[in-house]
Amino acid sequence: MPDPRKTPKSKYTADRPYYAGSFEGETVTRRRFMTLTAHGAGIVATSAFLLPALGFAAGSAIFERPEVVWETVGKPEDFPDDTYVPKVVTEVSGIGQTGKTTIYMRARADSDRAPNPEQLHEGTTEDFIAISTRCMHLGCPVRFVDASKKFICPCHGGVYDFDGGVSGGPPVRPLDRFYVRVKDGEVQVGPRYSVNSEFRRFPSYRDPGQALDGIAQYMYPGRFSTPKLP
Amino acid sequence: MKLPKLPTPPLPNSLQGRPHRPAEEQRPGPVEQVKEAGMSAVDWVDERTSLSGGLRWVMFRKVPKGTNWFYTLGSATMFAFLSQAVTGVFLAMYYRPDAAGGAYESVRHITNEVFLGEFVRGMHKWGSSVMVILVFLHMARTFFFGAYKYPRELNWVIGGVLLILTMVMSFTGYLLPFDQRSYWATIVGVNINGTGPVVGPYLSDFLRGGAEFGATTLSRFYAIHMMMIPGAIAALIGAHLYLVTKLGTTAPPWLKANGDEPRDLEDRV
Repeated sequence: MPDPRKTPKSKYTADRPYYAGSFEGETVTRRRFMTLTAHGAGIVATSAFLLPALGFAAGSAIFERPEVVWETVGKPEDFPDDTYVPKVVTEVSGIGQTGKTTIYMRARADSDRAPNPEQLHEGTTEDFIAISTRCMHLGCPVRFVDASKKFICPCHGGVYDFDGGVSGGPPVRPLDRFYVRVKDGEVQVGPRYSVNSEFRRFPSYRDPGQALDGIAQYMYPGRFSTPKLP
Repeated sequence: MKLPKLPTPPLPNSLQGRPHRPAEEQRPGPVEQVKEAGMSAVDWVDERTSLSGGLRWVMFRKVPKGTNWFYTLGSATMFAFLSQAVTGVFLAMYYRPDAAGGAYESVRHITNEVFLGEFVRGMHKWGSSVMVILVFLHMARTFFFGAYKYPRELNWVIGGVLLILTMVMSFTGYLLPFDQRSYWATIVGVNINGTGPVVGPYLSDFLRGGAEFGATTLSRFYAIHMMMIPGAIAALIGAHLYLVTKLGTTAPPWLKANGDEPRDLEDRV
């Protein structure tokens, strides 16, 4: 109800409602203005510490990638093409044994399928195959059994054939591989990459359990940044 | 045959107090003085906080007929949590979240060398399983007694969140001894998280602190295990208990509502 003692409304503000304690024509009272200001200041102050803290926790974990490191594993003649040679490489530096992993390496045989796509990066070679021991079911370490020429996972019974393709059990895609290059007569192993069931390369490697065939490659997107090969 | 009760032998004179003389002023003894001091201290706090009303509201509630031992499962769960909290804080005094081998070494030190270390670590280790079992028994009691129904749905939801947080505690705590079993179980667990479509890969990276299990994974799990989740659990237990106190507990389903009142004509005669 408008206060009858007040001066009559001006024609410019006649359509505006009347708020208790407000001047005529005032749509935001001082009380309401102060309330909004105090709430706004609270939101700003909370965001000022909360958003940087969340970014700190998630940012480098999700967006940053470690540098590419090439690790020498032997001479070209060390690797036969009919069986695998186990080598230990460092995947994460600074944490000792925890950061190391076994990989299986051999030379490419004539019977092996052609790389897909043919050549992806300058300076890498397709003459050697470096296979990761990370099972593509849930990440347990597989071992190569020479008698059956298969990779076997101890956890849930995943089996992979000689070129790392799934031949049984729960794994969703072939074993990951590593880029290989030959420099100064030494074979060097670089970053990991994933392959789908047609052995197409995905340089932004996926975690175990994430299929890469058909629509699955979009359901499990790659990482935001992939380190560039030197 | 009931034996007659023999009179208590009198105290020796040296131990008996002096009898009160009517002419003397009545003086409070030391026991009365201590009682008086305690009561006035409690009164001092109560006058300024009105805590006694809240305490009466929490402690002296009406409890439905038929309340039985199954109704203690919630308190049992809470005591399991308190035990985990206390033993966990003390374990943290000796534990080092160092992925290069220091973590395993510190746990070995706790188990083999620290006084009562094996016992306190054992309480924390076995207590975690006890807590998970109690949570599920408490949940089963609530479900089979129909205690999740109106107006207690929100408490059921809070309980569901507490169940999930308990599982997160189990998952993050499993890594901390940092032996082979911890390491590979965590690898598998994080990869299970990663199988969720679209968000899964990012969740995995967040949990590991990167694309690979690295130096920060252990400290991350340690921080989640001992700071983030326990605070959330304690706060939600508070909300859970507030609602229990406010809404009261339910009678067991085998008791009829208003069982004392006649329900139809036959009962009336």
